[in-house]
Amino acid sequence: MNMSQRETISLRDYLGPHLAGRTISDGRDVVSLTDILGYTCLGDRLSELSGRSVLLAVSDQLISSLAMIEIDGVARRMLLVPHDLEAAHVSALIADAEIDAVVTDHPERWSDAGIDLVVEAGPSTAAAVAARTERATEWLMLTSGTTGVPKIVSHTLGGLTGAIVADGPARGPGPTWATFYDIRRYGGLQIFLRAILSGGSMVLSEPGETITQHLARLGARGVTHISGTPSHWRKALMSASIASFAPRYVRLSGEIADQAVLDGLKRAFPAASIGHAYASTEAGVGFAVNDGLEGFPAAMIGCADNGVEMMVRDGTLWIRSTRTASAYVGRDAAALRDRDGYVDTDDMLELRGERYHFVGRRGGIINVGGLKVHPEEIEAVINRHAEVRMSRARSRRSPITGAIVVADVILADAGSHGNKIRDEILENCRASLAPHKIPAVIRFVPSLEITAAGKLARHDA
Amino acid sequence: MKSMSVRLKIFAAMKQIATEQGVTLPPLDDDLRLHETGFDSLGFAILVARLEDDLGIDPFTMSEDASFPLTIGDFVRAYEHVPA
Repeated sequence: MNMSQRETISLRDYLGPHLAGRTISDGRDVVSLTDILGYTCLGDRLSELSGRSVLLAVSDQLISSLAMIEIDGVARRMLLVPHDLEAAHVSALIADAEIDAVVTDHPERWSDAGIDLVVEAGPSTAAAVAARTERATEWLMLTSGTTGVPKIVSHTLGGLTGAIVADGPARGPGPTWATFYDIRRYGGLQIFLRAILSGGSMVLSEPGETITQHLARLGARGVTHISGTPSHWRKALMSASIASFAPRYVRLSGEIADQAVLDGLKRAFPAASIGHAYASTEAGVGFAVNDGLEGFPAAMIGCADNGVEMMVRDGTLWIRSTRTASAYVGRDAAALRDRDGYVDTDDMLELRGERYHFVGRRGGIINVGGLKVHPEEIEAVINRHAEVRMSRARSRRSPITGAIVVADVILADAGSHGNKIRDEILENCRASLAPHKIPAVIRFVPSLEITAAGKLARHDA
Repeated sequence: MKSMSVRLKIFAAMKQIATEQGVTLPPLDDDLRLHETGFDSLGFAILVARLEDDLGIDPFTMSEDASFPLTIGDFVRAYEHVPA
């Protein structure tokens, strides 16, 4: 092979028999990570994937995780897709990623897909052949855009793990990580990689499980470190079973962490450290903030801590680092970085005093008679009310101003005094927001839709 | 009876919005011109949205040539004249 072979690190280099008791589990099975290298979930067919561009289309996360460990360092490319990927997008993704092999737990579904190599993935069995790292596999992931065919972005394992390596090894015994995310998405993959690199264990989410069952399982499996979106956490904070769970570290990412959700987590987990991280599929992991306050210190813009450089241009955050994706993949792929290597996050910032605050997505702006509104800044104010568990501001068409802002709100106690709370919420809005940002109508609702990516669904954005 | 309740609902919604926006409403009568109410376009946008929730209609979006009324009387009639 080539001379750089020895320096190529793959996931298997972080695994081995020296750390006892490591496991990865979902709601049904527990698999040992300690002796995982002696097993195969591919029926010893790994060598057939050597140098191939592999679509990893496995329905459950546990077998997906075992396949990632096996395939990394062997295939040329590995495209991760979440289980809920729309079938209509598959052929475009196969063409753009030049897929020539599929790893799946449903081989019968792929017999007519025009892919010449289909390898079945299933529960682990003892491996006859030891796997060997041959190359740095390109990790391909999908962006979480809301409409159309998702874009494919290209990462390396070195880039994906850059923030984890920079944080250094965990002190004490290996942590047990969990995440509300699916590990085939960027936020979830980060946590899976943290579990692997930290020498710890991992507890996966389980589709169909209620939040009560999930929290009980997290407690029972001794989860110490856990991550999710603010929406995931708001949902968890609404459940009484949150009391049975006591993690040491709680992390938020993927959406704006407002002061209300940070304070709510501090009350629920008084002994835990609580951090919110900025990361995206395209821009990689930017930074984490651990002071318990929303936003981040303005001094972080323009300095190059840990190799991440940030700037504000046209109101949005731009990031340059070795952790950003290298490119969009596909025939008509747009440029992902600008000429200087910066990635536009499309996340808009506002400087208030010594801190930058995220105010919303550039594409999510509501135009009220020519004045701009970010739904997220309104939600942050509504969420400050002690009786509010979650809220969504959205656009409603208006014959007079084109659009107005209305809000859907979940109350802690559905039987509570709605009119009084509505008046108090509006009072808070009037005290903090310009008139066109104050919701014209506040509706109390029993639930709000969360997308598969763990974000508040914004159909009008 | 029906038209009375529509008129009262419109006036109640206007008074509520005036309170929220810190606007002092003059006495509401049919000849009062809308621009004399003290409401800006945002105030009317809120009014029309709330009336749509309350009455189930938005006469200004439904109508083909939606010319916005000039007086309180015209505004109330726009709601009264929409077929239920």
